[in-house]
Parts: sequence; structure tokens; C-alpha cells
Amino acid sequence: MNAMTNIWTPVGQLSDIPRQGARCVRHGDTKIAVFRTSDDRVFALEDQCPHKNGPLSQGIVHDRGVTCPLHNWVISLETGTAMGADEGETRTYPVKVEGDTIMVAL
Amino acid sequence: MTPTQARSAGASQPAPPQKLVVIGAGMASGRLLEELAKLAPEKYEVTLFGAEKWGNYNRIMLSPVLSGEKQFDEIITHDADWYAAQGINCRFGETIVKIDRKTKRVISNRGATHYDKLVIATGSASFFIPVAGNDLPGVVGFRDHDDVERMLEAAQKPDGKAVVIGGGLLGLEAAAALHARGMKVTVLHLMGHLMERQLDPTAGYLLKKELEGRGIRVVCNAHTNAIVGDGKAEAVLLEDNATHEADLVVMAVGIRPETRLGVDSGLETNRGIVVDDHMRTSDPDIMAIGECVEHNETVFGLVAPLYDMAKVAAKQLAGPSEAGFSYGETPTKLKVTGINLYSVGDFSDGPDREEIVLRDATKGMYKRVVLRDNRIVGAVLYGDVSDGPWYYDMIQQSTDVSEMRETLIFGQAHQGGGGFDPIEAVAALSDDAEICGCNGVCKGDIVAAIGAHDLTTLDEVRAHTKASASCGNCTGLVENLMAATLGDAFSANAVKSMCGCTELTHGDVRRLIKAKELKSIPAVMQELEWSTSGGCAKCRPALNYYLLADWPGEYVDDQQSRFINERVHANIQKDGTYSVIPRMWGGMTNAAELRAIADVVDKFEIPTVHVTGGQRIDLLGVKKEDLPAVWSDLNDAGMVSGHAYAKGLRTVKTCVGKDWCRFGTQDSTGLGVRLEKFLWGSWAPHKIKLAVTGCPRNCAEATCKDIGVICVDSGYEIHYAGAAGLHIQGTTKLTTVATEDEVMEIAAAIVQMYREQGHYLERIYKWAERIGHDTVRAAILDDPEGRRAYYDRFVFSQQFAQTDPWSERVSGVDKHEFKPMATLELEPAE
Repeated sequence: MNAMTNIWTPVGQLSDIPRQGARCVRHGDTKIAVFRTSDDRVFALEDQCPHKNGPLSQGIVHDRGVTCPLHNWVISLETGTAMGADEGETRTYPVKVEGDTIMVAL
Repeated sequence: MTPTQARSAGASQPAPPQKLVVIGAGMASGRLLEELAKLAPEKYEVTLFGAEKWGNYNRIMLSPVLSGEKQFDEIITHDADWYAAQGINCRFGETIVKIDRKTKRVISNRGATHYDKLVIATGSASFFIPVAGNDLPGVVGFRDHDDVERMLEAAQKPDGKAVVIGGGLLGLEAAAALHARGMKVTVLHLMGHLMERQLDPTAGYLLKKELEGRGIRVVCNAHTNAIVGDGKAEAVLLEDNATHEADLVVMAVGIRPETRLGVDSGLETNRGIVVDDHMRTSDPDIMAIGECVEHNETVFGLVAPLYDMAKVAAKQLAGPSEAGFSYGETPTKLKVTGINLYSVGDFSDGPDREEIVLRDATKGMYKRVVLRDNRIVGAVLYGDVSDGPWYYDMIQQSTDVSEMRETLIFGQAHQGGGGFDPIEAVAALSDDAEICGCNGVCKGDIVAAIGAHDLTTLDEVRAHTKASASCGNCTGLVENLMAATLGDAFSANAVKSMCGCTELTHGDVRRLIKAKELKSIPAVMQELEWSTSGGCAKCRPALNYYLLADWPGEYVDDQQSRFINERVHANIQKDGTYSVIPRMWGGMTNAAELRAIADVVDKFEIPTVHVTGGQRIDLLGVKKEDLPAVWSDLNDAGMVSGHAYAKGLRTVKTCVGKDWCRFGTQDSTGLGVRLEKFLWGSWAPHKIKLAVTGCPRNCAEATCKDIGVICVDSGYEIHYAGAAGLHIQGTTKLTTVATEDEVMEIAAAIVQMYREQGHYLERIYKWAERIGHDTVRAAILDDPEGRRAYYDRFVFSQQFAQTDPWSERVSGVDKHEFKPMATLELEPAE
């Protein structure tokens, strides 16, 4: 196996993602959801709800959470954990924005 | 460096003056030279190069110069005399073209100058967005003295028009100043709200309202396409083809660090020239300060951190120093006379954050303080900014505010005040005190009605007394009075509020949107005093619908406040694929449509085809990326979206009627098709399903629909408010009419009444149950003019709604929804 070093990988421009929206990045077999909040923070999660694998990238983004489109679980964009009474966790990826370019550590 | 080394070095004897060259005579270098003059006046022989004709002036005061509140002379901070007094050799108007690091020389157009230490302080330049015409005369940045001169020249023209591109700090100051100079000003801002870096959407909304009140036009979400004109700028064209005439175009979208010298001489450079904590570049003899640098992957545009850099650099130059540069939060204030706005720190949301929001709609005031672990991390103030420095101080001190949480938002003046119980206050009122001004209802009337009719809910009190039933502003007062009268028997939350962001119910919000003419989500949240800054997944879709229904043609749909199905016009399935249902008007189809569907199924390898209960065909398991192509093929065969995902008209189920059936009394299929073609499009509080059945045998199951028509010999029975989902309920009969046209008018009127009054996610049967069938009958049957008005409003709304969303998306609308932003190939594992 390769060493699990994170490499900052450019995945697109900030303007590619609507505010309070998300876009997907395909990374081999993995789908990563890249979110942009109303205040231009960017977060990346594996595009799978811990509940029933719903595509989080398709949910409504509000504050620092996303509501899964399948059963309305709310997942924290910062930690990937389910909020409220639900329990579960989705993988998060480090993200940074350089200029207008979004970089995800893969 | 160890402390021992630092001390011994600091104690060494003064050496002969070294040669210090500073490139750039702006604010950072001004502060550097000032500090250096204090710390080590003898250590260097300084040569200062500046591209402009004069020394350092206070660039952030260019706005008052532009508006006429100050003269340029007043903002010069370091004039020729000052430099002369410090023994600084000024070479103003001379541009450095190259740094030769090997021979330690800087080269200007007039020759070479040797340095021992070099400071680059070249600042930044206005960023000109890369569109056609950005180099036309009449297009200026807002950066230096010459820009201001050019703007003032343009403002000489009577009735001159200015377009400012960029609604950030600088752009708005330019806009206000040009407006003060008599120009007609339009601000074009790319984002959804003004000053998005410093303000949250609510404060941005208040600011926009204020500027518009002054006569400055503000256009948000404005994507500039080109600047056009014959030999000079004459107009700005937007991507939506809107044109804004302009004698002057001000580019205020941002700044670009001036890094050219760093790049050319091989210094490490990203967005800015990279420096360490001591302002050293990758060459130990070269430092850089100001807006041209990048420190910890950050570049800087506000003056406070630049001054800090200058101090750190001066200490380094004066002698070994361990002082490092770090920057805290810098408060932002807009320098526009009469607008009070203050923001500092990090005011974004987060799970570990709490926020306290205070809104006073009448005063146009908004305060938001964001806490983490009982410490303030950010604040946004609009209207009343007097407590800004107080909050800022507590951010810097990291003050624990748990003791003063309750009163924190009211400001410093309210700390340690006494308690106030609003219920006691209302209990103390006299019986003839007026509670509801709109309907003239006194306290005694309400108390008497509560006793006489055993009223326990706000809606009941409203129904019996009309108190708070008009504008709703006294709702809180009425609730407090109920609490005082009923004690524990009353719970204000008996009528549930819309969500955790507000105390108001859906009904309150709908009424107030109309009464106060609120036309955007931030407007609703501010004027109705939302307790969160940006709403939640529950209230945002509801508000989006209410605004869309109440202001057809005016309100712009907020896609990000919609559930995914409505955003992509298909239904998400459990595995993340989608289902696609084309319309089959009245359940009718033909060979060509079926053939096209079959071809689409083959071409896109669609795994499941299913016939729905609404008489159409559902294609399940379509990949999201394939949606536009699937729609395109269906469109080509004449089919459009069936809105199977919509809170709006879904289907009109029909039987074959008198065309075929031996019992059929009317053309039920024809009427069904006509109804579906007329009613599809406009959004509603929830889905709407209809049926038209050709005889009372009811093969189309019309008596469990939102609206059902049963054809009889003498005409058409109109039923409504049925349900066949979680709840099963037969319809209620409204009336019998003689013609199809009457059916159309009544059906549209019911739908429109429901659209105007229904609560989000409330089906027609729930709505009718809530307001009463008598109310519906009175409005729809007993008042023909009122019915016609509902009908007309529905028709008006339809002109903005009857566009096939599939063909729109096939032609490129929202294309970002349908493809991944990036596809990264994995390197093969080794």
C-alpha cells in the first residue's frame, strides 16, 4: 500500500460551487462531496450519510451542517458526525482554498 | 537564535551605516521608516523608491477625499520635509525594474543602487476582472491619488452615471462618495449580499436597503460580461443581458499583491511574496512588508496588520529581535457617513458555536454575537455600533462571558440591570388598556372572552376577539395576557412555531410577509426577528415558497433553499440515483411516446420501469449525470417534466369517459387533460393531485383527491379536500356546475386560495380543515368577484411558472448540478 501521505489536490474553483451548495469529486471509487457555506467556508466529506449512505452532496446546506436528502439526518460539515439524537460519522477530508482554487488533501 | 546569542549580538558596537533600500512609499513603508527612525536612527543610510510622485499618504482616507469631505493635502502623512529630516534619500517617481540579488543591487530606469538590506513594500494593485473592455478609458480602479482624480473628473459631467463593480468595503465607499458628488450610481455585486466577507446576509440586506434608500442602485448576483463603448466606457453588460449605462466604471472587486519584483528575482512567491514571522523572504537580506506579502498562506488588505508587519520589520532591521508577526482579528467599519456598521472576528456558524441575535426591525438594528466556550469569537453590528469596541476588547481578552450572557447582547450599558417580567407587566395593565390597535381590542375584552368561551389557544382568541389577527405585532402581548389569565393552562407553543429559528407560526409569517411587503429571505429573517442568522432546513424551503407565491415575477427562487428533488427536477432514490417521470396529460399516451421511452430505457440502461398510481410511467435508477441527456431525448419526443417531485400539480387522473365507456356522461379525459395543462407549473404548499371521473362509478377515484371532479348528466360535481396517504379521507362536495369553464375557474380559484393561505407542507385537506369548509365555500362559491380575483392571480402566477424545467436544463440551466466538479484518477498502487 502507498504511504497515507496527504497530497493537496486541486479539485476546482470556489465559484464552481454555489453558496450553500455542494459539488462532487470522484476520486477513484470514492465520491467526495465538497461543500461551500454561506460565508464561503469549504468542507469535504465522503459523499455518504452514516445512516443509509445517502448522498450528502444533494442535501440542503445550512450553517455548518448538511441535511441528508434521504432521511433528514443532519451531518456536521466540520466533524462529519451526525448531530442531534442521531449517531454516526462520515469521513472528512482536509480542505484549503488558495486564491480561488479548492485543494483537498487526498 | 538562542537568547544568549541575541543578547551578545544586541550588545555589539554600532557598525558604520549599512545601505537600506526600501521599494515602495506607501503606508507600510511609512510606518517602517518611522519605527526605524525611533529604534536605530544611525544604523542605515536609507534610499526610498516610490512609483507615485509624492511620499506616503493615508490611502484609506481616499474615500473622504473622493466624497469631498477631505482634501488630498490633509491625508499626506509623510511629506518631503519629513523624509529630509530623517536623512532619507527619496527617489519618487522612479520605478524599480529589477533586483539583482547576486550583486545586491536594485535597478531602476535611471541606474543601479547597491543595498545591504532590501525591503520590498510594493503593495498591491486593483484587480481588474478579465472581461472585454476592461482597458477602455473611463474604467478605473480605486487605489491611489490618480484614480481619485480620474473619478472626480468623470463626476464633473452633469447627470453622469457611474457603475461600481464590487460591493465590498472599497466599492461601497466609492459608490457613496460618487453619489455624494452627484453621480447616478449603480453597484454591481457578484455575490448574494453586500460585503460578504465582513457581513452576514442579514446585515448585508440592511445595508442594501439603506443604500437603496439613498438612491444608489444595488444589483446582487451580478455577473459582469463585458464593458462596452466606442473609444471609452459607456455601459456594463451583465451575463443576464442587463445593461447598465456608465460614464465611469470603477473596478473595486479586490486587490492583487504586487509581486513582480519578487517573482522576477526568484524569491519564493505564491499569491504574495512569502515571508516568515520576521518578515524575511527566502533571501535573508531581503524583507517584504505590506499588501505584497503572504504570511502563513494569508494576504492582507486592511491596514492594522500592515502596521504590525512594519513594526516587526523595523525591529529586525534595528537589531536582532525575536518579535514575530502574528495577526488577530481586525475590526471592519464602513466609512460612509450615516451608515453604522461594524464587524469583527469570526462570525460564521458551527456546531461548537452559539450565537445571540438581537433584532429591532423598526429601528433597523441588528446585533449578532458569536460565542465559543463562553467566549466571544465574533460580532456583527448594524445600526447601533457603539458596543463594537467593547465586544472587540472581549474577543482580544478572551473574556469569559458566562456571567453576563443574559444581557450581553444589549451592550455594556445594560450590565447588572434589574429583571423585567413581561407577564407581570401585562397583568398590571388596566382593563381598558388597548392591546390590539388594529382592531381596537382592550385587555378587558380579551380576558372576558377567554373566560366566557374557555379559550386556550392564540388562534381561538384571535377568532373570538380579533386581537392580533391583523398585523400581528401585538401577538406577544396577547400571549402574555393569556399566560397571565390562564396561568399554567396556557402554553404559547400550543400553536407550534415554524421551527427553532422563530417563535412565529407559519400563519404569522405568511401574514407578515404580505403586511410588511417582505420580498427576500434575509428581509423576512431581519424584519421578523429570526433568532438564527441564516435559518435552517425547515424554515428556508417554507420561506422560499411563501415569497415565491406572494411575489410572483418579483421574487427570485433560491435554489439552495430547495430540497434536492425540486432542485434537479427528479426524485432521489435510496441509492442516490433518480427517477424520471414524464407527463402523460390526463393519463393519455401514444405509440411515439412509448417508443421514445423504450429507446431512452435502452440507451441509458435504466434498470426499472414502473407504472405509477397517477397514470404515468416512472423510469427508476437513472444516474444523475445522465438526467439532462435523458430529458433531452424525452423532450425531443414532445414529453415534458411530470413534476413528480413538485409541491405543485402532480397528476390529473382520468377515466376514458364518454368517448369509450358505455356509462360515461362527459368527456372526462378531455377535461382532465385541460385541467392538467392549465394547472401545472406554479409551486404550492404541498403536492396537488386531481382526478376527473366520467360517472359516479368513480373509476378515476376522484373522491380521495385534493380536487376531484365527478361527471354527471347535468354537468360536473366539484369535490375537494380528500386524502389517501398516511391519512385517508373522502372529499367534501363543493358544488355542481354546468360547464367545463366553470370547473376550470373554480379549480384554479381553490388552488390559488390554498397557495395564498396554506402552510408549507400542509395538504389541501389539512388547510380546509384548519380554516373551515364554510370559509372556503364563502370565498369560492358565494363571492363570484373574489373567486375571479383568485383565478386571475393564479393565471398571473402561471406566466412565470409554466416553463418546462427539463428543457431549461437541457439548454444548460444549473449545469453545475449534474456533473462532478472533478474526476481524479488514482495512481496505481506500487
